[in-house]
Amino acid sequence: MAERHIEADSPELRARWGNFAWTAENAAKAKEVVSRYPEGRQRSAVMPLLDLAQRQVGAETQTQGWLPIPVIEFIARELDMPVVRVLEVATFYTMYNLVPVGRYHVQVCGTTPCMLRGSDDILAACKKRGMKKGHTTEDGLWTLTEVECMGNCSSAPMVQINDGNYEDLTVERFDAVLDALARGETPQEGTQDPARHTVEPVGALSTLTEMAKSNHDYRSEW
Amino acid sequence: MPKVTVDGIEIEVPNGATVLQACELAGKEIPRFCYHERLSIAGNCRMCLVEVKPGPPKPQASCALPAAEGQEIRTDSQMVKTAREGVMEFLLINHPLDCPICDQGGECDLQDQSIAYGRGASRYDENKRAVTEKYMGPLIKTIMTRCIHCTRCVRFSEEIAGVDEIGALYRGEDMQITTYLEQAAKHELSANVIDLCPVGALTSRPYAYEARPWELTKTLSIDVSDAVGSNIRVDSRGREVLRVLPRTNDDVNEEWISDKTRYQVEGLTRRRLDKVWIRRKGKLEQASWDEAFSTIAKAKAGSSIAAIAGDLLDCETMFAAKTLLGALGSTLIESRQGGMAYPADNLAAVNFNSTFAGIEEADAVLIVGSQVRWEAPLVNVRLRKAAKRGAKVFIVGPHWETTYAAEFLGDSLDQLQQLPAHVAEAMQQASKPAIIIGGGGLVAGALAPALALAEQWKLVREGWNGFNVLHMAAARMGALMLGFAQKGGMADIAAANPKVVLALGADEVDFSQFQSSLKVYIGHHGDKGAHAADIILPGSAYTEKAGTYVNTEGRVQFADKAVFAPGDAREDWTILRALADALGVSVGFDSFGELRAAMTAEVPALGVEGLADYGALPKGDAKAKATGQIVYPIKDFYMTNAIARSSPTMQRCSAELLHGEDFAEAAE
Ligand code: SF4
Ligand code: FES
Ligand code: FES
Repeated sequence: MAERHIEADSPELRARWGNFAWTAENAAKAKEVVSRYPEGRQRSAVMPLLDLAQRQVGAETQTQGWLPIPVIEFIARELDMPVVRVLEVATFYTMYNLVPVGRYHVQVCGTTPCMLRGSDDILAACKKRGMKKGHTTEDGLWTLTEVECMGNCSSAPMVQINDGNYEDLTVERFDAVLDALARGETPQEGTQDPARHTVEPVGALSTLTEMAKSNHDYRSEW
Repeated sequence: MPKVTVDGIEIEVPNGATVLQACELAGKEIPRFCYHERLSIAGNCRMCLVEVKPGPPKPQASCALPAAEGQEIRTDSQMVKTAREGVMEFLLINHPLDCPICDQGGECDLQDQSIAYGRGASRYDENKRAVTEKYMGPLIKTIMTRCIHCTRCVRFSEEIAGVDEIGALYRGEDMQITTYLEQAAKHELSANVIDLCPVGALTSRPYAYEARPWELTKTLSIDVSDAVGSNIRVDSRGREVLRVLPRTNDDVNEEWISDKTRYQVEGLTRRRLDKVWIRRKGKLEQASWDEAFSTIAKAKAGSSIAAIAGDLLDCETMFAAKTLLGALGSTLIESRQGGMAYPADNLAAVNFNSTFAGIEEADAVLIVGSQVRWEAPLVNVRLRKAAKRGAKVFIVGPHWETTYAAEFLGDSLDQLQQLPAHVAEAMQQASKPAIIIGGGGLVAGALAPALALAEQWKLVREGWNGFNVLHMAAARMGALMLGFAQKGGMADIAAANPKVVLALGADEVDFSQFQSSLKVYIGHHGDKGAHAADIILPGSAYTEKAGTYVNTEGRVQFADKAVFAPGDAREDWTILRALADALGVSVGFDSFGELRAAMTAEVPALGVEGLADYGALPKGDAKAKATGQIVYPIKDFYMTNAIARSSPTMQRCSAELLHGEDFAEAAE
């Protein structure tokens, strides 16, 4: 797991983010989110609000967004809860970025199924473009993180970039996705294998063949 | 009341008990790290595994499992043994092997339990995790690599102290315990996490590398830093007190103590009066006991002599002084140094009648002029519990940071005459209403109107007395029981213009009232009283003498002597006894035993440990009015008495935590 740390609190950080407040649109969204929870349980909204704040920071900085300390304090005030409790949540979940990230946050899965299907090559391709784990490239475009299983193993190897998953990658397909992103296009999410539309078997069915037609009880055959 | 069997022993356990509690009731020891009687259940260390039938065929965490009818619990099976060894091995994977340089060594739960329940040898040869130190302020030293993530410290600060400042950041093996942005822990009970931490992750910063627990002599004593009378254990080596730890007493301090109780003892070796001094031509010069006594005798005071008792005194010293003055024909004794003059003929009216444990059950509390958090941090803990159970808390007085929901009604006592309707209604409808009057309230004259309200709201009812006065001086209730109160307070003493004034550890007196008197200071610290004195006789601090103390609930408690006083200093009663000889009178006791016997003969309640009975509250006067503005007497929590003022740690707390001076760079 990538080592995480909180961006140090500094006067510059305070100057930049100290006045963070919802945009009109997000204020309405935040209100709606909080109202989903029963009276007295408003603090449960901490996770969606942190996400919303991260997205707003992202929109303001043209990146995926992250959570500076003053923004975390803002959420604590919004929900009237101790700030250390908000910080606990923000540091626990890896999808909250604690340090600034680039325009695209490239999260390469390196867990066994993806590794067996070639995630090392994907990482090598990232490196070739100048990405380094835990760092943002100079042009501010890419931040690379290696992550654990994202639940797309049947279309491994996969990469998550901001809100999209790109699956069934080869180095060429991956490069195509990145190039498209760099040009500002929105490449098709999901599998990048033209022969597949989702996670159906590649080629002929090779396991649980009896199940193809109707439900079959395998237990007696074990 | 479910019946369960623990290792073949059948027992009945109270409803709602956990399996761990059932095992304890059956006399079985269950190792644990995260479980603590006074904190919520976390169930995250897994050390308390036992085998329970019926249930899944695997060990279960007993601290988080409710005991149920017919359970068969085993704490001695092979499964339990293996499970404990396994948990211990996991805990030790990332725990450093630095016991020889760890301050927890010798009193470490991890050490003890790994010897009792561990495998005996390690099989782990990977790299260990390391965690950076976290700054937690001047009192708590952190070595976070040692942390086993039991979260006791987090739960304490959230649940007991009521200040969410410690948290667990990140997760898994990266989890780190820290205060928010590594700010200093800023509440009055912060150092209790040192006792709670089962390992050496949080240790005492001032006590770092001072001693090993087995070198220390342990003496049972009573704290004097406030009027709560916390039960403490004084750990000393040779003539020096090295630390103070809480003793468990559910009626008084549960098992917590305030940071001042814990760290003021550092002041016991500093600024001490250890020689006799006499002021000659305006300058204090060293002298001998004989010179001092003959100077006092030469003043020929006769019955024109007064005694003023300080805030830290034991009852014996006060009784000795009272007897001496009595033998000389004087009754000029007073303890309320600051000049308060509330009537002290009925002690029920100036007592914390509901008791500390009782106030937890109150459902509506009106606090009049008390900054409870500073005046008695442990009472604030109780109030927090009451508030958590739903009690409404109203406060008359300037705003302070409560650790629970409370409504501030205004700064002046006028409020008592014109309470908002919802307050009066809440108090009237409560089944256990309580009033707490603090020092600020007493000075402003709140006692009489509060007594009237007590009658109006029927604060005294079957099984409940909700009328409370919260004192701040450890000596106060004892002094009042011994009659150290003039009708007009200090003003009466000043008006009598005594030839000799004995200031017994009295540092808060305005000595300009006694320009023409010979001022004799008997005490232990070179503080305000000693500066004003003409003669200084070195006495003993609370750790250096046995004594009886009465806390603000009227609870009589006894303390033992831990160490000897430094230099020429003597136990206070012996000084007064010798003075009696010098003045040619007899006080009728020659030993501490005789003194105590004489004291309990006069005030029998002082001889019985426990709550003294002060009888019924006086009738309230419905016309009583007070309009005073409330000013809290404590300006600086860490500097309230001569001992604390001499403690470098308390000085630093005051500078850093209250006055915002920056010491952070001094951290390792
Ligand atoms: S610092 Fe101590 S008390 Fe706090 S979680 Fe770690 S081991 Fe437990
Ligand atoms: S292993 Fe990569 S998504 Fe599951
Ligand atoms: S004591 Fe039961 S899990 Fe820690």
